[in-house]
Amino acid sequence: MTNETNNIVEDKLELEDKFLAPENRKRQVTTPDGTIIEVDPLRDYFSDARPQIYRPNSIPVIENFLNWARAESLWVLGFGTGCGSIELPPLTTPRFDAYRFGVQMRATPRQSNVFIISGYLSVKTLKRVVRSYEQMPNPKYVIALGSCTINGGMYYDSYNTINRLDQYMPVDVYIAGCMPRPEALLAGFNKLKELIKAGKAEKANEYVENFDWYKANQKKIIKDWNMPDYNW
Amino acid sequence: MEQLINKLQKSFKLSDVKHQRENLTFVTVKKDSALDLVTHCRDYEGFSHFVLLSCVDWIEDGKFQLTYLLNNPSGKFDLGIRTFISRDNASMTSAHLLWRQIATYQRELKEMYGIDFPGSPRVDESFILEGWDEIPPMRREFDTKKYSEDTYFPREGRGSNDPATYMKSKLYPDDEK
Repeated sequence: MTNETNNIVEDKLELEDKFLAPENRKRQVTTPDGTIIEVDPLRDYFSDARPQIYRPNSIPVIENFLNWARAESLWVLGFGTGCGSIELPPLTTPRFDAYRFGVQMRATPRQSNVFIISGYLSVKTLKRVVRSYEQMPNPKYVIALGSCTINGGMYYDSYNTINRLDQYMPVDVYIAGCMPRPEALLAGFNKLKELIKAGKAEKANEYVENFDWYKANQKKIIKDWNMPDYNW
Repeated sequence: MEQLINKLQKSFKLSDVKHQRENLTFVTVKKDSALDLVTHCRDYEGFSHFVLLSCVDWIEDGKFQLTYLLNNPSGKFDLGIRTFISRDNASMTSAHLLWRQIATYQRELKEMYGIDFPGSPRVDESFILEGWDEIPPMRREFDTKKYSEDTYFPREGRGSNDPATYMKSKLYPDDEK
């Protein structure tokens, strides 16, 4: 191989690795028993299986019972993305007391099944949101809060915030307003409960069915994609 | 404040001295002597607190205006030191050795305006934007609305009005005729 081709190969490698976080790069690791192995974190640490469609139970009575149980126990991921995140803390305080509706906050995506996108989303945050959303176990639901998630709101012409959330993630319930009060959020939760009980809150399956379309949209704006395609 | 400006006039070529408030004055100096003045104010005039470093894009004049805002805690007044640099290949001497936090401001200016500060720590790393490959977004030739429309799937049917004309037509409909 001549020097010139060598350089081209190196340049290409550099381009691919440009955005890769250091912990995600290929490297050599010494195991506890002393052997040296090479790990490629993107391949070895993460599952590359695509998400699966959730199939409802074939016996309607059981599925209805499950839906009732799901609707009465909504665990919200404590992830505030915009100005709307300030509307979430009052929900759990005695004045609005979302707990009486079975709504409670959880700290990690693995423990929760409702994702509230509370306001505008910058591209940088969207990356984290996608990652968190994909880590949530099924059944999972998305509530989009405020007009920023619907059409961009007052940030419609910003270079850094997305205009429509439904291009990047499936949305079960929209709550319009700028900003919606906690009462509106409670109304949104009740709407979500109705949908779940009626078996209509199946947007997570939509994400699976249109997975490639959503991924293409996400990758169009997240230019430094340095994580696995599916983060489960 | 007047005394201080008169004193500074003797050793630095100040122009456009503007007393904004009793406790806030702006002066303009040439690019070469800007950091000398900042250093002098810090070491001899008691401006021990650095407030901010900001930038204004004067695209018509082809210039960036940098403002170093300093605060004198004992005298309780501020001094803004302005300097103009060229927009093409914009570059300025790094001031991170005077106050360490200036490096962060310079990193932001590099990302938002494309002004280079050679030698400033981590100045080439991305600050807020990740993977940005357009021209720096705070430069005025960057059309943020067009970029948003091209990139972020605008929703059909969203309308907006110019507030001034809209409110005028609402409140005083007879005036237009």
